[in-house]
Amino acid sequence: MSTPDTATRSSSGSQSSRKKSLIDTLEVDTRLLGMIGAFILVAIVFNIMTDGRFLTPRNVFNLTIQTVSVAIMATGMVFVIVTRHIDLSVGALLATCSAVMAMMQTAWLPQLLGIPLGHPLIPWLAIGAGLITGAVIGAFQGWLTGYLLIPAFIVTLGGLLVWRNVAWYLTNGQTIGPLDPTFQMFGGINGTLGEFWSWVIGILATIAALAALWSKRRDKLRHDFPVKPVWAELALGAIIAGAILGLIAVLNSYEVPAARLRREFESRGEVMPDGFTAAYGLPISVLLLIVVAIVMTVIARRTSLGRYIFATGGNPQAAELSGINTRLLTVKVFAIMGALCAISAVVASARLTNHSNDIGTLDELRVIAAAVIGGTALAGGIGTIYGAILGALIMQSLQSGMAMIGVDAPLQNIVVGSVLVLAVLIDIIYRRRTGKG
Amino acid sequence: MTPLVDLRNISIAFGGVQAVDNVSLDLYPGEVVGLLGHNGAGKSTLIKILSGAYKADSGEIWIDGKKAVINSPRDARAHNIETIHQTLALADNLPAPANLFLGRELRTMFGFLDDSRMEAETTKIMARLNPNFKKIADPVSALSGGQRQSVAIARAVYFNARILIMDEPTAALGVHETKMVADLIMELKAQGLGIFLISHDTREMMELCDRVSVMKNGQLIGTERVEDVTEDDILSMIIMGKKAEKAA
Repeated sequence: MSTPDTATRSSSGSQSSRKKSLIDTLEVDTRLLGMIGAFILVAIVFNIMTDGRFLTPRNVFNLTIQTVSVAIMATGMVFVIVTRHIDLSVGALLATCSAVMAMMQTAWLPQLLGIPLGHPLIPWLAIGAGLITGAVIGAFQGWLTGYLLIPAFIVTLGGLLVWRNVAWYLTNGQTIGPLDPTFQMFGGINGTLGEFWSWVIGILATIAALAALWSKRRDKLRHDFPVKPVWAELALGAIIAGAILGLIAVLNSYEVPAARLRREFESRGEVMPDGFTAAYGLPISVLLLIVVAIVMTVIARRTSLGRYIFATGGNPQAAELSGINTRLLTVKVFAIMGALCAISAVVASARLTNHSNDIGTLDELRVIAAAVIGGTALAGGIGTIYGAILGALIMQSLQSGMAMIGVDAPLQNIVVGSVLVLAVLIDIIYRRRTGKG
Repeated sequence: MTPLVDLRNISIAFGGVQAVDNVSLDLYPGEVVGLLGHNGAGKSTLIKILSGAYKADSGEIWIDGKKAVINSPRDARAHNIETIHQTLALADNLPAPANLFLGRELRTMFGFLDDSRMEAETTKIMARLNPNFKKIADPVSALSGGQRQSVAIARAVYFNARILIMDEPTAALGVHETKMVADLIMELKAQGLGIFLISHDTREMMELCDRVSVMKNGQLIGTERVEDVTEDDILSMIIMGKKAEKAA
C-alpha cells in the first residue's frame, strides 16, 4: 500500500492512494497546526493594529506571564472534561488555596509555629500547605462525584460558592500581603532567570525535544513501523528548535528598566556601573507552566492513569468492564485538578504580591474556555494538554490585544465569548470532515 | 471429567424483577454451549454474572471443580474468563492496541506505557485473526463492525482465555464477517476453550454449538444436545417455554 518511507498508516483507503501532502509527510497534527495558525494570525493582526507594539519583547513577556495561571489549570481541566465531568469551582478553589498560603506565610507560621517572617522555609511550607489543600478539596469533590454519583456540575457549582467564601473566612475578608519575597518570585516579573540561565534552559529544552524525536524514530524502526523521511524529521526538529530558541531570544531582549536596576544595585549598597544592562529572560512562572505541561502530557500519553482517563471518557462502560476502577479514577482526576489550582494560586497571588478576595474570580470560565478552544470535547474522550495551553494563550492574546487598541471592556467580552462558540463550531466541522473523534 | 464452568442455582433480581431464577448450567473444555431465548429472557444477565459485571443474589460459580468468587471483571479475568459483550465494550476514541490491552497495558521498564510493543503485538494477532485489518493507529470508531468485532475477539484470544463468553458476536456483521467469526469459534473450540455463545439465530446456533440451553422469563427451560433436537424443537422451547416431547 505504501512505500516504507511514506508515513500515515492511519488514513483511509481513498486518501492513502493519493500522494502524501507535505503535512501528511511531516505527520504533524492538523488541529495543532490550525491553532498555531490562528494564534499567529491574531498576533499579526494586533501587531498591525497597534503599530508594532503587540509583538514587542515587553508585550510578549507580559502575555506569557498573564497566561500562566489559567493555562496551568486548563491542563487539569482537560482531564476533567475528557472524563465527561466539569469543574466550575477552579477559580474559587484557587482563592482558598491562595488564602491558605497567604495566611500560612504571614500569620499562621510566624504566630502559631514561631517561624519568624522572612525565614527561608516559609514560602515552601506555605506552598506545601496550599498543594495539600487543593488536592484534598479536589479529591473530596471527586469522591462526591465518583462515589456518591452527584453530577460534577452540581458538586462544583456548590464548590464555587463554598470555596470562594471559605477563602473569605480564612482571611476575614482582608487583603493579605505583602507575600514572602521568595514566594513572589513565582509571579512573573519578580522572578526571572536572566539572560544566561534562560539560554541554558532553552538549549537544554531543545536538546531534550530533539532527543525525544530521535528516540521515537528509533523505537519505530525497532518494531519495523514506517517512519518519516529523514528530511521531514530534520525539518520538524528545526522548527521546534527555532520556536524554543526564538522565544528565549525574544524574552532575553526585554531589558530591565535602568531605574529598576539602579534601585537593585543601591539596595545591595553598590553603584550601578555606567552602561550596565540586564534582560529579564524566562520568567520562573513560565518555566513552571512548561514543567506542568510536560508532566501532564506524560501522564496523558505514557501512563496507564492517562490511558484510563481517555478510555473512561470514550466509553465509561467499556472502561469498567475492562476492570478499571472508574470511581477512584474520578477522585484522582479531581485531585490533580485541585493540586493544579494550588499551583495556579501560587502564580496568581505572587504576581499580585498579595492575596485578595476576588483572586481567581471568573477563572473557571476562562479555564473551561481555554480547554474547549484547545479542542477538548465536552462529550468526553478527546483533548490535548498543548491544545489547552494554546487555547489559554489565544484567549489572553485576544483580550490583551483588544485592550491595547482600546476596545471597551464590554466589547472585549463579547468578542471572546463569540470566539469561544466559533472555535467549537470550527472544531465540530473539522472532526466531521476528517472523521476523527 | 470436571466441567470448566459449573454455574449452580444462580439467581438475581433487579428491584422485584427476577431476571435470573435458579439457573444451573455447565460448560466443558472444547465445548460450545449456546444460550437462546427472547429478549429479556435473562441470557445476558446470567452471562454478566459469570463475567463479573453483576453479582448474583444467590448461587455458586465453580471453575475447574473449585468454588470461585467473582465480584468484578478483574476477578473474572483472573480466572481466564474473557467476555465479548453485546455492546462490544470498546473505547471508540482509542486505537485498537489501546483497546486490546485496556486494563492490562504493557509497560516499559520505567513503568510507562509501551505503546510500540502493544502496537506490534496487536499487528501480530490481527494478522492471524483478520488479515484485512490495517487501521492499527486509527481510533476504533473509524472501523467497520467486523473490524471492531475482531478487536474485541483479539482481546480474548491474546490473553489466553480458557472460558470465552460471546454475547451476540455476529449481530452487527455482514455475511462474510459472520463466517469469519464462526470459523474462529471453531478454531478456539479445537484449542480446548469453553465457549458460551448467545445468539438469536437458531440456525447458526445449531451449527456452532454442542449443546443449547433455552431460557424464558429468567428460568432455564432446558439444555439439549444439538444432535438430539431439531431447530423446530428449539423454537418451540423458546416460544412455549416447555421442553419438546421427544418421540422416543
